[in-house]
Amino acid sequence: MRSLCVAGFAAAALTLGPLAAHAAEAEVRLDRIAADPTDLASLQSGARTFVNYCLNCHSASLVRYNALRAIGLSEDQIRDNLMFTAEKVGMPMSIAMAPKDAKEWFGAVPPDLSVIARARGADWLYTYLRGFYRDPERPTGWNNTVYPNVGMPHALWRLQGERVLKEEAAVKDGKPILGEDGQPLRVATLEMVRPGTQSTAQYDRTVYDLVNFLAWMSEPHQVARKQLGVWVLFSLAIMILLAYLLKQSYWKHVH
Amino acid sequence: MANGTPTTRVPWAQQLLEWVDARFPLSALWKSQVSEYYAPKNFNFWYFFGSLALFVLVLQIVTGIFLTMNYKPDAALAFASVEYIMREVSWGWLIRYLHSTGASAFFICIYLHMFRALLYGSYRKPRELTWLFGVVIFLSLMAEAFFGYLLPWGQMSYWGAQVIVNLFGAIPVVGEQLAIWIRGDYVIGDATLNRFFAFHVIAVPLVLLGLVVAHLMALHETGSNNPDGVEIKKTIDPKTGHPADGIPFHPYYTVKDLFGVMVFLLLFSVIVFYAPALGGYFLEDNNFFPADPLKTPPHIAPVWYFTPYYSVLRATTDELKWVIGIAVLAFMAWALFRRGSNRTRFALLGIGVLLLAGLYELEAKVWGVLLMGSSVVIFAFLPWLDRSPVKSIRYRGWMYKLALTLFVFAFLVLGYLGMQVPTPVLTRVAQVGTLVYFAFFLLMPWYSAIDRTAPEPQRVTR
Repeated sequence: MRSLCVAGFAAAALTLGPLAAHAAEAEVRLDRIAADPTDLASLQSGARTFVNYCLNCHSASLVRYNALRAIGLSEDQIRDNLMFTAEKVGMPMSIAMAPKDAKEWFGAVPPDLSVIARARGADWLYTYLRGFYRDPERPTGWNNTVYPNVGMPHALWRLQGERVLKEEAAVKDGKPILGEDGQPLRVATLEMVRPGTQSTAQYDRTVYDLVNFLAWMSEPHQVARKQLGVWVLFSLAIMILLAYLLKQSYWKHVH
Repeated sequence: MANGTPTTRVPWAQQLLEWVDARFPLSALWKSQVSEYYAPKNFNFWYFFGSLALFVLVLQIVTGIFLTMNYKPDAALAFASVEYIMREVSWGWLIRYLHSTGASAFFICIYLHMFRALLYGSYRKPRELTWLFGVVIFLSLMAEAFFGYLLPWGQMSYWGAQVIVNLFGAIPVVGEQLAIWIRGDYVIGDATLNRFFAFHVIAVPLVLLGLVVAHLMALHETGSNNPDGVEIKKTIDPKTGHPADGIPFHPYYTVKDLFGVMVFLLLFSVIVFYAPALGGYFLEDNNFFPADPLKTPPHIAPVWYFTPYYSVLRATTDELKWVIGIAVLAFMAWALFRRGSNRTRFALLGIGVLLLAGLYELEAKVWGVLLMGSSVVIFAFLPWLDRSPVKSIRYRGWMYKLALTLFVFAFLVLGYLGMQVPTPVLTRVAQVGTLVYFAFFLLMPWYSAIDRTAPEPQRVTR
């Protein structure tokens, strides 16, 4: 099992650094994770979370359900546990919600998640999914520290619980820290007001597994690619040696 | 045999060859172009990149054929069809990564191949046509890469094409109509994708192949240059009748280039199998978002191999126009006082006046496009800009060595800046880089002529 260092990440994530003046362009320090496409238990757990919480609004229409055999699931397991809307195991992970309705309800069509981990990066997704907080000014009631004013509500709120954003003056050695413009810097922290069904460590693990699954899904052949690479590089090393000896034997008389 | 006379049996392979040779000059071509093409024996590391570029060209064509079998040039299907290749097609991911990595590898090989020509004066007389064919190959390769980059139909594909095609809109009077004509639409759309596909898979590759044949024919007519820049044809070995410093291309350089290809493939495979996106440099992260005409990405950057020229484009502001104006005035002053016929003097002054009028009349954006185009096309003039008595950097003086170092440095800095979000300071750096870039070419007639050179040897040294 992977060692659980996610609790440390959670503590780091609570201090979000100075709030940028223009929120849309906010640069947020991302928590880094190492996705592991060989950790089948993690991928299967992520697949379960994905199907239960994401696949209602987001599609993954470039991925077929039976592609999940590659993470150690049988077709029967996929059919019985992960397929709610599709009929055949060879069908793509599409959704019933029409893009037009989605646009009306959320203000933007939820993106297809097939390759989202390649577009956003695993670190971004991991930080984003742990960055939701209550914001009564938003239509959905939720806001996000990584993606301010995002149209997406907090789909995993029952697991994580509800947090609110608290802004306070940044203090170091009892003195307020001044920003580049001479104004006192403000630091945002997220405070839990209603805990969810999972502890912070558990929730971080859930999100890690989910992001790990998204990262696997964005390139299902990545493990095969790295395995094949070993053979290719090994063969080429031998070919280089042979080609070098061949060249030397021809060239020994050239002065 | 009935009469008992012994007959010598000719092997069937030899009979077949004789049959072909009576109808097509197969053996003669093989001899003249390969087995009895005499190449200098002192080729060094830099001489690998010609054959490597040819290897990558073949790789791109072969992988491209297989990609075309599953790719759909349709705005509604293109993005998904690329992912279909990556997921569902047998070995599709490998073919696609070979092709996408091959695109960058092609430019790496070509840039190093061109750098070799700058090092050893390979563009000099009598190889001007080899060089000119090469410059057109380089231009075609850029067109090929530009058309191909639209095909995955991601956000960077889409907005990169949008930015570049809009450049044509900067041309006065006809610009807008020209841009619409190129796109086949008011924005990049399905029609654009279809025609770019046609250019990428058939039109430009045909041109490229023809030009590569012409490039090699011209090279084999004059014979190859070498790191000493001496003509090996001047010293013929009286015993063999061949250049004394030459060795047959086959087997000597075929086996050497085979070794080069193997080493190249090893490095290439490390990227294909372990870092196919190369941290966003070979496959940009943003290109995994499907193209969205309504959502402009905050930062549009071309792929790395175009960024030096993109930097030149962005560096051309109203301020830089003043600097260009001063350079044009200096040029006119020089034209006024140079020795020579009055006719040339008036012609040069006329060019200066035209440039000044252009600076006054045309906005910075148009000049940016002109300078970006010039920064590529200016390579074509090298054979006539270089006035040095020697070809190779081994016998040149400090001025050329310094100029080449500054040029390479400016090229790399411009390449880096082309990927960054512009800031006032970075734009200023890019402007200095642009001036250094052009100064390398435009001042070459002067510094290459007065540079203190060492005498060229009669024979190749090492």
